[in-house]
Amino acid sequence: MSTGLLYALAGVLLFVLGAAGAVLLAHLMRKVLAFNVMGSGAFLVLVGLAQREDVIDPVPQAMVLTGIVVAVAATALALGLARAFHARTGRTGLTEEARRD
Amino acid sequence: MTEAWPDPAAWLILLPLAWATLAFLAGPGRGGRLAIPALAAQCALALWLAVSLAESGARLHPVGGWGAPLGIDLLADGLSAVMLLLTQAVALALAVYAQAYFADAHHRHEATWFWPLTGFLIAAMNALFLSADLFNLYVTLELLGLAAVGLVAVGGGTAQIAAALRYLLVSLIASGAYLMGVALIYGTYGTAAIASLAPLIDPTPPLATWLAAGLMVVGLMAKTALFPFHFWLPPAHGGAPAPVSALLSALVVKASFYLVLRLALGPFAPLAEMAAWLAGGLGAAAILWGSWQALRTRHIKRLVAWSTVAQLGYLFLIFPLLAADGLAMQAGVMQAVAHGLAKAALFAAAGVLMRATGRDTLDGLAGVAGRVPLTLFAFGLAGVTIMGLPPSAGFLAKWLLIDAALASGQWGWVVVIIAGGLLAAGYIFRVLRRAFLVAPEDSRFHPVPRRLEWTAFALAVASVLLGLRGAELVALLG
Amino acid sequence: MTVNEVLPLAVIASSLLPGLIIFALPERRIGLRSALNLLGAVSKLVFVGLLLAGVAAGEEYGFRHTVLPGVELVFKADALALLFVTLSTVLWLFTTVYAIGYLEGSPHRSRFFGFFSLCVTATVGLAMAGNLFTFFVFYELLTLSTFPLVVHRGTPQAMRGGMVYLAYTLAGGALLLTGIVWLHGLMGQVDFVHGGSVAALGPQATAQLKVVFLLLIAGVGVKAAIVPLHGWLPQAMVAPAPVSALLHAVAVVKAGAFGIVRIVYEVYGVEYAQSLGLLLPLAIAAAITIVWGSVRALFQDDLKKRLAYSTVSQVSYIALGVALFGPVGTIGGLAHLVHQGIMKITLFFAAGNYAETLGVHKVSELDGAGRRMPLTSAAFSIAAFGMIGVAPTAGYVSKWYLGEGALAAGMDWVVAVLWTSSLLNAAYFLPILYRLWFRPRPAAWPHEHIPARGWRETGWLLLAPPLITAAAVLITGLFAETSWSPLAWAKLIAAREYLQ
Repeated sequence: MSTGLLYALAGVLLFVLGAAGAVLLAHLMRKVLAFNVMGSGAFLVLVGLAQREDVIDPVPQAMVLTGIVVAVAATALALGLARAFHARTGRTGLTEEARRD
Repeated sequence: MTEAWPDPAAWLILLPLAWATLAFLAGPGRGGRLAIPALAAQCALALWLAVSLAESGARLHPVGGWGAPLGIDLLADGLSAVMLLLTQAVALALAVYAQAYFADAHHRHEATWFWPLTGFLIAAMNALFLSADLFNLYVTLELLGLAAVGLVAVGGGTAQIAAALRYLLVSLIASGAYLMGVALIYGTYGTAAIASLAPLIDPTPPLATWLAAGLMVVGLMAKTALFPFHFWLPPAHGGAPAPVSALLSALVVKASFYLVLRLALGPFAPLAEMAAWLAGGLGAAAILWGSWQALRTRHIKRLVAWSTVAQLGYLFLIFPLLAADGLAMQAGVMQAVAHGLAKAALFAAAGVLMRATGRDTLDGLAGVAGRVPLTLFAFGLAGVTIMGLPPSAGFLAKWLLIDAALASGQWGWVVVIIAGGLLAAGYIFRVLRRAFLVAPEDSRFHPVPRRLEWTAFALAVASVLLGLRGAELVALLG
Repeated sequence: MTVNEVLPLAVIASSLLPGLIIFALPERRIGLRSALNLLGAVSKLVFVGLLLAGVAAGEEYGFRHTVLPGVELVFKADALALLFVTLSTVLWLFTTVYAIGYLEGSPHRSRFFGFFSLCVTATVGLAMAGNLFTFFVFYELLTLSTFPLVVHRGTPQAMRGGMVYLAYTLAGGALLLTGIVWLHGLMGQVDFVHGGSVAALGPQATAQLKVVFLLLIAGVGVKAAIVPLHGWLPQAMVAPAPVSALLHAVAVVKAGAFGIVRIVYEVYGVEYAQSLGLLLPLAIAAAITIVWGSVRALFQDDLKKRLAYSTVSQVSYIALGVALFGPVGTIGGLAHLVHQGIMKITLFFAAGNYAETLGVHKVSELDGAGRRMPLTSAAFSIAAFGMIGVAPTAGYVSKWYLGEGALAAGMDWVVAVLWTSSLLNAAYFLPILYRLWFRPRPAAWPHEHIPARGWRETGWLLLAPPLITAAAVLITGLFAETSWSPLAWAKLIAAREYLQ
């Protein structure tokens, strides 16, 4: 098993963990963190799978850099909204809001 | 390609980015003055692009002359041209609407962020329609999602922020899934360009490809609010200010549908057969469930938002029928365009009705037929498109869809399509019927700017009259 | 574009454009609105006159516009189209005059007349449709433009009637659409041509064609109020009287009946439909409707409801005529399309006059109304005799041809149906006439809105239309054998259908 594949498998594991967390956890902060874990997993897969025979492919590196920038922006927006939500309701989770139609 | 005038495709992305930034700098209330002329120019650009495509077929524009794989290619074909035209046209009408809508003292604070965010939203959407690479599509998809979430929260109310948060979380998880799919595809095939992927994927691909396709399509379905991922849509679209709801329901959800269609027609075509039935089934469920909820809710905008859930279902009915002969693809695009125009009109009209009555419930509507007849007429005309009655574009979409279903002998879909149309009639007439009732003595009506009424009306008329020019649209699709 | 292309479009535009302008008019512009209405109605009459002269001379009028690849919007003003176009154009003029008088001083008139014009636009468009696609477009437009008229009063009762109307007609539209797309898938665009075109599909398609026929006929049968699809018609009588006149005589039920004519003669072809065994079931359904409608009419005390059930019964004469295999029955059915329109509109005008002048809505309140309103009652009586089929009215002519047609086709039982129906018609109309003319008038009318002034029993605009249409009932009957009567035109059509 090459190092690349190892990274990729770790990435898949992180992705699954993150996705489960983002769906299942109630606390908004935890959800945001879980999303970041999930994103990192995907980045790891992207870089890991692309490592072949010591030839470095620059494209995935560029992709991951772009992806990280996007993830930072998304995290910032999520935190901003979560703070606004907390300031208005004093709550840290959305669950109570779920059924209100 | 070194022309004196760069490609219109590039300008369609740069222009909204520019006016969005300027609107941010100019401050609240002035964004509209920038946005409306800029959007008019974008309409002209999109039209120019469409005309030149009709003459010469698909065209590629390497940004900055770099070219793939290091640079970014913009690819415009008939499908993207149709979506671009729809986006610019609806956005222009809604910008005119929004300027009058936010001029009101109660809504002025919402305008602060509306214009910059709308600009970024349009830029992201145009970039998405012009991208030719799965990863670039991810970036545009994410930008689009962030701008849309910002717009949902623009009102600043607690319910709106909660809806925005929920939307954001769904959107992030969905694009995470999509990104994972891209990573797997890149790892397997060493490219993310749609054009070079298509010949690489055969009908018996490795497991990673199946997994990637599954993750990407499910992520996109969640972003399109396909049943059962629709739960975020009614609060987000139903709670936002009317121009925002209209933008989101008419355009944003179409972007991720467009991407699913691209994938199903292009690289994932060999895999589509099995998943197509699932997509169709979910679409059918969306039609029935969305319509049923629209028949039950007490709020005008919720009703329109649930109608979006139902109408999006039609878009996914095309996948089991794609094989036939291009009919289903035309039906899907026709439905996307028809619904885009009609839903923008419905939300715009709903905004007027709510402002005129000062209430957001259906019960408050009694007597509005006499007060804002033009708006009610707009609602009715847009309703004609939603119900799929002639001569609207919605009718043509339904006609093509039924034709495609019968051509491939798949009877079940016909029943769903017809039933969906009747259910749509049910919820549209829930509104119209109340509007015709005699107003109670104590009801008070507030004056509404005429411009709001006229823009809603123009959108509705466009959605109906497009039905007479379906041939041109189909010709553009090629 | 040539004149022959423009003229059908002009007929459509002459009510569409005034309608659209009227929507935009403020409520108080009564004069301008009425002028626009009448201008539209008269100019439409002129255009139709030109078309009639041209078609009689063998000209062909048509217009095509491609909507989708392989799908066209086709207008064709042939003899059959003009039969219906002329009827609705002439009656629209009278109904407009009547409606101006009837709605004097009531709210939302711009909306009313706007939809009124759209409704007639849809009717003439449907009449001139040259293929099933175009027919469907206007068929649904008709549904949509009549709904606001049915619920015009805005009362909960009107709303209920309107919703029932919608539920029936939209469901019918869905069936029709399925049938049309199915046929489209089998053979591409289905143009209306003499003798029909589906026979070309060959014997392997007969099973599908039978199902499609059922779908199509059920779809238009809703508007034609064929039992058991008639439930909306009595409910929709909550509409104002001019609207009822429109629904029953000019537009909606006629559109359904006209659809049956087109489908049998020009989609399937009468010979092919006969060979598939489709005409006998249609004749039986029509016969059941004729008897059932008459029986139900007997038990209605509400005058407009009685008239509504009478429509259910009478409109199926047209379907019956179509289903009788042979030119004589065809002539009877087509002539009845016009005759029923003139007679029924007279009855509804008169019923509206009783309601508007005296506040009388029920048959049991009509005692002595003949002496208070002799002109209206005379018109009512003439039309009622026409419905029964008494010579020399228009109704007599159509029943005569239907009976002859049935005998020629060897369907003797149809004659029995016609006799039963005539007896039942007499049974529900004669008591009304007896009350009108021979019962003493009550001490006071329920709500006397318009007092009598000399011999002018009610408003001018309310009085003139029923008198003219009642005269027309007599004239079309008396002069049926002249070359310009509806009967002569029906003979022209039948000759063209059966020559192929």
